[in-house]
Amino acid sequence: MAEIKLSQKDRMSVAWRHQFLQGSWNYERMQNGGWCYAMIPAIKALYKDKDEQAAALKRHLEFYNTHPYVSAPIIGVVLALEEERANGAQVEDTAIQGVKVGMMGPLAGVGDPVFWFTVRPILGALGASMALGGSMLGPILFFVLWNVIRMAFLWYTQEFGYSVGASIAKDLSGGLLGKVTEIASILGMFIIGALVQRWVSISFTPVVSTVEQAEGAFIDWASLPAGTEGIKSALEQYASLGPTGLNVEKVTTLQQNLDQLIPGLAAVALTLLCCRLLKKGISPIAIILALFAVGIVGRLLNFM
Amino acid sequence: MGISILFVVLVAFLAGMEGILDEFQFHQPLVACTLIGIVTGHPTEGIMLGGSLQMIALGWANVGAAVAPDAALASVASAIIMVKGLGDGTATDPKVAIDAAIALAVPLSVAGLFLTMLCRTIAIPIVHFMDSAAEKADFRGVEIWQILAICLQGVRIAIPAAMLCMIPADAVTAMLQSMPEWLSGGMGVGGGMVAAVGYAMVINMMATNEVWPFFVLGFVLAALGELTLIALGALGIAIALIYIGLKELAKQGGGSGGGSGDPLGDILNDY
Repeated sequence: MAEIKLSQKDRMSVAWRHQFLQGSWNYERMQNGGWCYAMIPAIKALYKDKDEQAAALKRHLEFYNTHPYVSAPIIGVVLALEEERANGAQVEDTAIQGVKVGMMGPLAGVGDPVFWFTVRPILGALGASMALGGSMLGPILFFVLWNVIRMAFLWYTQEFGYSVGASIAKDLSGGLLGKVTEIASILGMFIIGALVQRWVSISFTPVVSTVEQAEGAFIDWASLPAGTEGIKSALEQYASLGPTGLNVEKVTTLQQNLDQLIPGLAAVALTLLCCRLLKKGISPIAIILALFAVGIVGRLLNFM
Repeated sequence: MGISILFVVLVAFLAGMEGILDEFQFHQPLVACTLIGIVTGHPTEGIMLGGSLQMIALGWANVGAAVAPDAALASVASAIIMVKGLGDGTATDPKVAIDAAIALAVPLSVAGLFLTMLCRTIAIPIVHFMDSAAEKADFRGVEIWQILAICLQGVRIAIPAAMLCMIPADAVTAMLQSMPEWLSGGMGVGGGMVAAVGYAMVINMMATNEVWPFFVLGFVLAALGELTLIALGALGIAIALIYIGLKELAKQGGGSGGGSGDPLGDILNDY
């Protein structure tokens, strides 16, 4: 009997359908429907007998839940196992379910920090910072980069899983996954630090001090030469004196004082406060609504 | 206007699907708001709204069975409201319309959250239908139920979007124009702060004593305006690689000691 093999076309078809893994996400068996849907091209190719097909479909409707991208190497391994089974090898149902359950937990632990908390915030912030200026390039960059990375990851890790088969568990313990997660969380924390500095904006407007400046520290508007000569002179003085040179009085706001310590100090304090509140189990929505309320009150009372 | 509503509903459908699939990212504000801006003839405002909302939603992610605030309904519905508020051009200051849309996005994300929980519950009988299709080796049956479940998630956003499209634009414009300065200004101030919540969610997922110093490095270095985000990313990768390399070296030097030093590997070995 000739050996039954999954063709590249079968595997690509599985990879395409695997993108719809979460479509029927449900509170009972989570991603089971999508998993079964993705396996269908392989089941059709491997089993011709009606009873075997029914058994295979049922086998792949078991409970399953992981990160939708790192699920790709798992489905690769399961494809290899199903192929062996179709060729007569002794692969029990429990072995297949065991591989799925055994891999989904640890791999989800990699997928969440890498994709949701490192790659997406970085690409999202990159695109968003361009979009804030109204540039079309922002959304396009985000969409294209993300999908290129995602599709390449889905296909190549599925092929990797398929080629190593059940021995993948050994490969994973080589520490590669741990290292990837560690690099992702270092990079993620670094970038989040930068984002907090750049994109959390708090501005306290209360005036801390108003000082009359010494002669020469401000532009003496009354004694400027007339016409364009005067504009030139004013601009020259402005270039050397800076913004405080515009008025006789030097106004310092609370914000300027805080920024002299570290720029963005208030932003980081707010972020850490949010971390605290979230850890205490307060819902993010409640915090967001409260911040809007603070913003409105701050504006009403003129301190923000 | 009729055709553009059709396109808006289509974008809403895609966003709803992606809200659960999380693959192509049509539900991310940056993509959804831009698309709605394009199909309604307000591309620039759509992109700007998308950028602002994206900054807020950076840390929203579905982890395990937990569901995050719903970016799909937030971005689609707030973009529609913004477009209505803008009217046919000069009616409203774009900044006011965008700020108001941002503030509305938050309660909308909660509404979306409940809708997605509803869909995930309805999906339970759907997978039972799949079970009975599997019993008969009925491939078509399994496929159809899967596709229906995905469409259900699309409709989850498409229906509210279509309903919002029915609200007369005058009403929204009038509401925006009657808004006092302290309210619109205050929402702008609030909008500047809420990004912190998303970042805090990311931090709580990743922070360990070991990686906090990298947060400090990123925070302090970002004050240098010359460093673009790409430059900061490169710097972050370099620092991470150097740190991991040195740690590896230290481990080899240490040489002895129990365990592989690789907790993830240990978990896998135990299986």
